[in-house]
Order: sequence, then structure tokens, then C-alpha cells
Amino acid sequence: MKVKLLFFAGLREQLGIAGEAAELPAGVATLRDLRAHLAARGPQWQAAFGDGRLLRAAVNQSMASPETAIAPDDEIAFFPPVTGG
Amino acid sequence: MKIAVQREPFGIDAELDALSRGNAAVGAMAAFVGLVRDQNDGAAIGQMTLEHYPGMTEKAIAAIVEEARGRWEIIDCTVIHRIGELRPADRIVLVAVASAHRGDAFAACEFIMDYLKTRAPFWKKEVTPQGARWVEARDSDDRAAERWR
Repeated sequence: MKVKLLFFAGLREQLGIAGEAAELPAGVATLRDLRAHLAARGPQWQAAFGDGRLLRAAVNQSMASPETAIAPDDEIAFFPPVTGG
Repeated sequence: MKIAVQREPFGIDAELDALSRGNAAVGAMAAFVGLVRDQNDGAAIGQMTLEHYPGMTEKAIAAIVEEARGRWEIIDCTVIHRIGELRPADRIVLVAVASAHRGDAFAACEFIMDYLKTRAPFWKKEVTPQGARWVEARDSDDRAAERWR
């Protein structure tokens, strides 16, 4: 399925891109699956999305958890814990 | 209710005036103002950049305000958060709550601020003499938000 990925703050700088249109393979059903899929893309992605990295995510602009299901055309954002205020 | 994510500075007097003007049911207003400090984690701060997630930010703040409305008697409220380049002593955020009585205003103001710190998609990058760095989230902010569960 096709989804829109967005990356913010330190994660965006680390990856060198603010987002992309991604085609996900069958079997990527939740945010946890997606994170593992992205981490497997290569060393730079492993560093950004590996288990040691503390990340938050939003699906369609609402905060989400690793168990959140992904649907076609979702807007999925990954970012470090927020630091506003 | 006013929610604004903006580059421009805001005036506290004008915002508080607008919050209570024409509504004599308001008996109390509580406001929190967050400012850029000139020190953080042992380093001098020369400048700060605030990034956000356009589209989600306003929704996230609106959801926090809605939750506050479900818990306390709120007549009106204003949340303004700045983005872009900021310098020490600049104001970052204003949360102001108008209620009939102070208890609701104080509690709702603190709740909105605690939730904003952990749920609204803003990120600070600060410039120190050693270079630029992203501000790390604090456990104390998570604990502050947890208190309200």
C-alpha cells in the first residue's frame, strides 16, 4: 500500500529528507511493523529507527502508538519526543 | 477560544483583555507565559529555532483544550505558541484561561501547559557556543503530564 511519510526535527536532519511517498510491502500492518521496515533499509535508517532510538509517531495528524494500524494513503509522521512550550 | 501558531510576538495585555472583554461571567483568569532562557543544560543560549508539524499542531492543541473543557468550567481560553527564530527573553507560549472562579482557571491552565509540553508537535533547536543542538525531552515533563491521568 502507498502511504505518505513525514520526518521532523532531529530525525529529519539525520535522514536528510523531510518525507517521501512510500510503497509498503504486504505484512506492514502497524506502526511497529513500519518502524522495523524502515530500520532495515540500511545503516543510516537503522541508526534512525532502530530499537535504541526514542521516537514518537502520528497517524493522520493524531498521536499514535506502536500498535496503531496503518491504512492506504495514511499520513504517517515520525519524530523525537516533543519539546515545545 | 483562540489557538494560534505564529512567528510574530504576542502582547499579554491585549490577549488577556480580549479573553474577558464583554463577558461579565468571567471572574478569574489564569495565564502562563513561557520564555526563552539564556542558559540550558549548562550552556549559554544565543538563539533558538522552533519547528512544528503544520496541520497537526493546531489540532493537537485544540484536542488538549477540549479535554480541559471536559474537566473544568472554562468560559474561554487562548493558546498562542510561537515558531521560527527566537532569542533569550522572547516569549514562546501563552496559555490563558477564563473561568468564573480561580480554581478552574488555575487547574485548567496548568493542565493545558503540561499536556502541550508532551503532546503538541513542537521541537526546539538551540544555538550554543559549541554549536546547534536539538533540545532533549525531559522525563519531568512526562511526569507532570502523568499527574492528570
